[in-house]
Amino acid sequence: MEHEHTHCEEILSYISDYVDGELEAALCAELETHLAGCRDCRVLVDTVRKTITLYHAQAATELPSGVEERLYRVLKIER
Amino acid sequence: MGEAAFAGEADLLEGLRAGDAAAYRRFVDENSASVYSLALKLLGDEQEAEDVLQETFLSAFRAIDRFEGRSKLSTWLYRIAYNASLMHLRKRERMTTFSLDQPYGDEEQARPVAGDLLVDWSTLPDDRLLTAEARQEMDRAIAQLPQSLRAAFILRDIQGLSGAETAEILGISVQAVKNRLHRARLSLRDRLSSYFAEWAVA
Repeated sequence: MEHEHTHCEEILSYISDYVDGELEAALCAELETHLAGCRDCRVLVDTVRKTITLYHAQAATELPSGVEERLYRVLKIER
Repeated sequence: MGEAAFAGEADLLEGLRAGDAAAYRRFVDENSASVYSLALKLLGDEQEAEDVLQETFLSAFRAIDRFEGRSKLSTWLYRIAYNASLMHLRKRERMTTFSLDQPYGDEEQARPVAGDLLVDWSTLPDDRLLTAEARQEMDRAIAQLPQSLRAAFILRDIQGLSGAETAEILGISVQAVKNRLHRARLSLRDRLSSYFAEWAVA
């Protein structure tokens, strides 16, 4: 369904709160109505979400081994 | 003796204040990877990130008696790590006269092509999105963000901290965190869109 993209700029400003689930209910409903009719904004929301997911998957869970050894040595604690 | 002797944060804190080696190990094991990762992504340099990691724990152990327990221990530690990272960036700034809020990479910023920005690459399979080359592009994209946006994004979206914790670490309001995060996310999304667009179209 084509539309005139009159609200897209405004929608853009809410995207971050929306993907965090922190947008207030009325604005959330308004945004979802807009998304249903605007492919461009749907792409924006989906790719913002995917960007976050990809980066979050990069969160480090352990140190490179040499780094850990040297840290313990500097701190003078036994492993 | 096992290492699981600390029932909660208060126990751990007591152990740290008493100079208990098991408490030190627990605190280091639980937080060192996150501290290193924060510094590495802020500074983009492995040696400097390692220096920040060591400085952070040395400072924390020295200052543990002054920790007032108003935040989580890990939040307090991150704040030390963030400030240590800023010191490194400032030192670099003095040496190279570049502004603290500039990206640390010296490469040309890739300008997104308008048409690429609305390509839906979010449904590409993970083996396309997570190649070594794609990861390098993600690192370059983070590097080109101004420091203030980069820090908010790393803490919230990579490390998964709350808005309140991030605000405390950065010393800004929760609303300011939201604003920075919003700008960071859109900027990174644009850059990744340019990169992934050709695969999504192909």
